[in-house]
Amino acid sequence: MTTEKKIRVLVAKPGLDSHDRGAKIVARAFRDAGMEVIYTGLRQTPEQIVETALQEDVDVIALSILSGAHMTLFPKIMELVKKRGLDNVLVFAGGIIPQEDVPALKKIGIAEVFGPGTPTDTLVRFVRENVQKRR
Amino acid sequence: MNTLTQVKQLVNSVLKGDRKSIAKTITLIENNLPETQEIISLLYPHTGKAHIIGVTGPAGSGKSTLIEKLVKELRRNGKTVGVAAVDPTSPFTGGAFLGDRVRMQDLATDNGVFIRSMATRGSLGGLAKATKDAVKVLDAAGKDVLIVETVGAGQTEVDIIKVAHTVVVVLAPGLGDDIQAIKAGQMEIGDVFVINKADRENADRAVSDVEAMLEMNQEKREWRPPVVKTLALTGEGVPELLEKISQHGSYLKGGVLQKRSLQRIESELEEAIKLRITETVLNDFKKTGKFNEFLHKILEKEMDPNSAAEALLKQRLKKTVRESK
Repeated sequence: MTTEKKIRVLVAKPGLDSHDRGAKIVARAFRDAGMEVIYTGLRQTPEQIVETALQEDVDVIALSILSGAHMTLFPKIMELVKKRGLDNVLVFAGGIIPQEDVPALKKIGIAEVFGPGTPTDTLVRFVRENVQKRR
Repeated sequence: MNTLTQVKQLVNSVLKGDRKSIAKTITLIENNLPETQEIISLLYPHTGKAHIIGVTGPAGSGKSTLIEKLVKELRRNGKTVGVAAVDPTSPFTGGAFLGDRVRMQDLATDNGVFIRSMATRGSLGGLAKATKDAVKVLDAAGKDVLIVETVGAGQTEVDIIKVAHTVVVVLAPGLGDDIQAIKAGQMEIGDVFVINKADRENADRAVSDVEAMLEMNQEKREWRPPVVKTLALTGEGVPELLEKISQHGSYLKGGVLQKRSLQRIESELEEAIKLRITETVLNDFKKTGKFNEFLHKILEKEMDPNSAAEALLKQRLKKTVRESK
């Protein structure tokens, strides 16, 4: 095929969520937009997520969380992202995350937070534009 | 983009086993970027140490789960492991959903294991074009054992034999009767056969179907593929499977390996020559405008594509002969 670099996305679910319906819909949308999506399933630790991102050399980590543990898990993930030198990777989040937590998450490097009902087109556009900027 | 010094630095880090460099190198190869050839030629002298195991079989037969258990068993034996897991690219959008890792995430944080998911990106033989070279990267990085998982394979996806030393065909009960077992393709390439999900009804029937198929092989072979029952979910039968795989590895080392390697290199060299000839000749035709000229002739029905290709190549061959004089 061409020498154009494919966008690789890790769709990851940190913590103890019991279902991954939303994450799968998002993964499917990225796939249909021509991206390569690495999916790792439920109940991932920050270490598993960041190690996977490193081995798979992804451009994007899309975090999905419903449990309410984002203020504990996301800082840990971002700390590991920096520690492992993945500074070029775009990290964003979706799921159930209260608006008042968003500024703090952006401060630690989460590029954006999307709530329920976000059209998948918006996510695809967001990823394309931001990956372009980082390359 | 990358200078020669940068390429050399990258290769050196790969040889030291640096995980991020391994990952970046595989990406370069996957995207077929200009530095790929240089990287491979620098890594090549360091390859050839790992035992390469191919795992193939129909979708849903349990390949990924079985690989997770195999890797754990190998780790208990003190081996380091690299895994390349291939899933299909959509022919419609070019996208891919790579889900093999879901069954392997227990291994994600083990420093002795490196797992890479790969999309086929248009290849039809069950592997990605870059898989063969990704395996070289992991081999040069010092992994003792490499496991290559093909896409969920039907009957004709047999490219794995060009990459692996030992091919494991994973089947599950209820996928078909003895007629399916006789068919060509997949059933011919196994060095070890696995009937996974062995707790299911008909598991013994599936074993005997495969055994019967193997019995029918007329030619006398030194290696008679064993059939192993496993339950990948619990790991039952996995130590026995690994034992058979190791036995096959020892069998190869007794002389067959060199013959197989030669065959593998032969097909690799052939492919490389074909690719370069195609690129060179095609580019030449396009540059001189010959390609377009014939395109119009075909469109106007003055010629058919095959005759046009023959005429083009004849002209080109004359030119090559003149040049070499």
